[in-house]
Amino acid sequence: MSAMTPPAAEPRARFGDLLAAEWIKMRSLRSTSAALVAGALVSVGICVNSARSNAHLIERSTNPDQRTAIDPLHAAFVPEAFQILMVVAAAVGAATIFGEYAGGMIRTTFAAVPARRSVVAAKVVVVTAVMLVYGTAVAAASFGVTQAIYDPVRIGLPITAPGAFRAVAGSALLAPVSALVGMALGALIRHTAGTVVASVGVLLLLPRLFGGETYRWVKEIGNAMPVSAWTALVENPARSLPPGGPVRWVSRYPVSVTEAWLVLGAWALVAAAVAVAVVHRRDV
Amino acid sequence: MIEARELTKRYGGTTAVNALSFTVRPGVVTGFLGPNGAGKTTTLRMALGLNTPTSGSVTIGGRPFRERPRGLRHVGALLDAGDVHGGRSALAHLSALARGNAIPRRRVTEVLEEAGLAGAARRRVGGFSLGMRQRLGIAAALLGDPPVLLFDEPLNGLDPEGVLWVRGLLRRLAAEGRTVFVSSHLMSEMEHTADRLVVIGRGELIASESLADFAARGNRRSVAVRTSDPAALAALVTSAGGALEPEDDGSYTVTGLSADRVSELAFERRVLLHEVTARNSSLEQAFMELTADSAEYRSGGAR
Repeated sequence: MSAMTPPAAEPRARFGDLLAAEWIKMRSLRSTSAALVAGALVSVGICVNSARSNAHLIERSTNPDQRTAIDPLHAAFVPEAFQILMVVAAAVGAATIFGEYAGGMIRTTFAAVPARRSVVAAKVVVVTAVMLVYGTAVAAASFGVTQAIYDPVRIGLPITAPGAFRAVAGSALLAPVSALVGMALGALIRHTAGTVVASVGVLLLLPRLFGGETYRWVKEIGNAMPVSAWTALVENPARSLPPGGPVRWVSRYPVSVTEAWLVLGAWALVAAAVAVAVVHRRDV
Repeated sequence: MIEARELTKRYGGTTAVNALSFTVRPGVVTGFLGPNGAGKTTTLRMALGLNTPTSGSVTIGGRPFRERPRGLRHVGALLDAGDVHGGRSALAHLSALARGNAIPRRRVTEVLEEAGLAGAARRRVGGFSLGMRQRLGIAAALLGDPPVLLFDEPLNGLDPEGVLWVRGLLRRLAAEGRTVFVSSHLMSEMEHTADRLVVIGRGELIASESLADFAARGNRRSVAVRTSDPAALAALVTSAGGALEPEDDGSYTVTGLSADRVSELAFERRVLLHEVTARNSSLEQAFMELTADSAEYRSGGAR
C-alpha cells in the first residue's frame, strides 16, 4: 500500500462516475440479461405466433372479407405479450434496488457513496436507458417480424402507416415505465418476493379493478394506468371506426392519445421520485 | 480521527446505543470491544451514516460521513462480509465501487492481490467461503487508500494464515498514520493487535483507554489453591479478610489475599496445601469482569 493520500487529492465527485458504476453493476449480473432475453423471446414469440396463425387463416380462407377482418397492428402488439414484458421490466428494475437490500450490498454501496440520492438517481438513469433500448428492440422486432409475416398476404403495414410508429414508441416506453414502477416498489418494500407480487398487482391487477363505465371516476382511475395508456397508443386509428363494418364497442370515457403519453410520463416521474426519496431517508 | 459525542440510537423501546462518547486517534490500532449485542455494529453503522442517530453525533475527520459525496477515499469499511451481491464476480464488485469513486482500475488489481484473491477475481462472490468474503470486504476497504479504516469483526471465518495477514495489515495501516478501528467480541483477538481499546456493554461506554490501562483495571489478584481440608482453609482465609471459592476442577480460588499470605496462614495452622499459584488476571478476565453485568445474551449455567 502506498503512502496516505491527502484528502485534497480527491477528484471532484461526478455523476458520470456513478452512472458508469451502476452500468458495471447492471451488466455484471447474468440473471438480469437472462431475464431480459427470455422476456423478449416470449413477448415477440407470442406476437409472431398470432401473426402466423392469422396469415394461415387468410391463406386458407375462401372468403375475401377475411383479409380485411384482421387488424394487422393487433398481432404486433398482443396485450398478453406486452403484459409479460411489463412484468419482466418491472422485475429487472426492482432487482436493481431489492437486489442490493436482500444481501446487504446496499450498505457497501452507501458506505462507498454516501450521497444516496445520487446513487439512486444514477440507477434510475441507467435502468431507464437500458429499458428504453430494450423496449424499443422488442417493440420494433415485434412490429417488423409480424408485418413481414403479413406481407405475403398483403396486409403488412409499413412503419409509416397511420398509428404504426406511435404504437412502436408507446410499446417501447412501456418497458422503462414498468421498470421504474418496479424500482419504486422495490425501494418501498425492499423484499424480493413482495416486490414482484406488488409490481404485478400495481401494473396488471389494479387496472382491472377500475373497469366498467357505470361511474366515470372509476373509469378515469383505470384510464390513468400504464396498461390503459398503452392500449390507447397501440390502437390502429385506421380501424377505430370501420366504415360499414360491424359496430364496435366504443368507450364513453376513452383515453386520448395525449392523455396516454401524459400517463406514461407521470408514472415514470412519480416512480423515480419515490425511489429516490424513500432510499434517502431510511436506515439501511 | 473518529469522534462520537453522546451518540444514542433507540429502536422503538430498545436502546441500542446510549450516550456513547469516545475518540479514536490516528496512528494506532483501536479495538472496539463488547459482548454480542453491545451495540458495536450499530455504532459503526452510525459512523458510516447508514443509520441515523436518535441523538448525539459521530464525525470522521471532523465531518459527519454522510455529508461527503464520495466515501472510499475518506473511510474504508468492512461491516459484514455478506454485504455483497452474490451474483457478481469479485472483480465486477470492486470495479463498480472503484468507478463510482473515480478510483483508477489498476487499484482494483492491486487490492485483489493484496487480499490474496487475484486467482478468484472472476469467480462469482456467491461461491466464496466466509474467509474469502472477508478478504473481499477488506480489499474493498483498501480501494480508496483511505486515512480511516473501520472493520467489524474482520477475523471471522479466516484461516490462520488469514488471521496473521489481517493482524499484520492492521498494524501496518496504523503505522502509516491511519486511524484503524476494529471491532471484536473476543479480547484474545485484540490482545496482540490493538494499542487502545474502546469497550462498551449494553450500548454504554465501559472504558476508552490504552491496552495497559485496561489490563490494570481488571488486575484483581487471585490465588489458586489445592488442599485436602477446604473447610479449615476457608475459615482461615475468611478470618484474614479474604474469600475462598471452589472451582470446577477441585481447586479453590482465594481472592483478597496474596499467595505468600495464604501460605503463611496455612503453615501456621498446619493445613496441608498441595498447590499455591498466584494468578494475575489477564486482559480476557478484565474484559469479562467489566462486561459481566452488561452482557446482553448470556449462556446458561454457572459462570
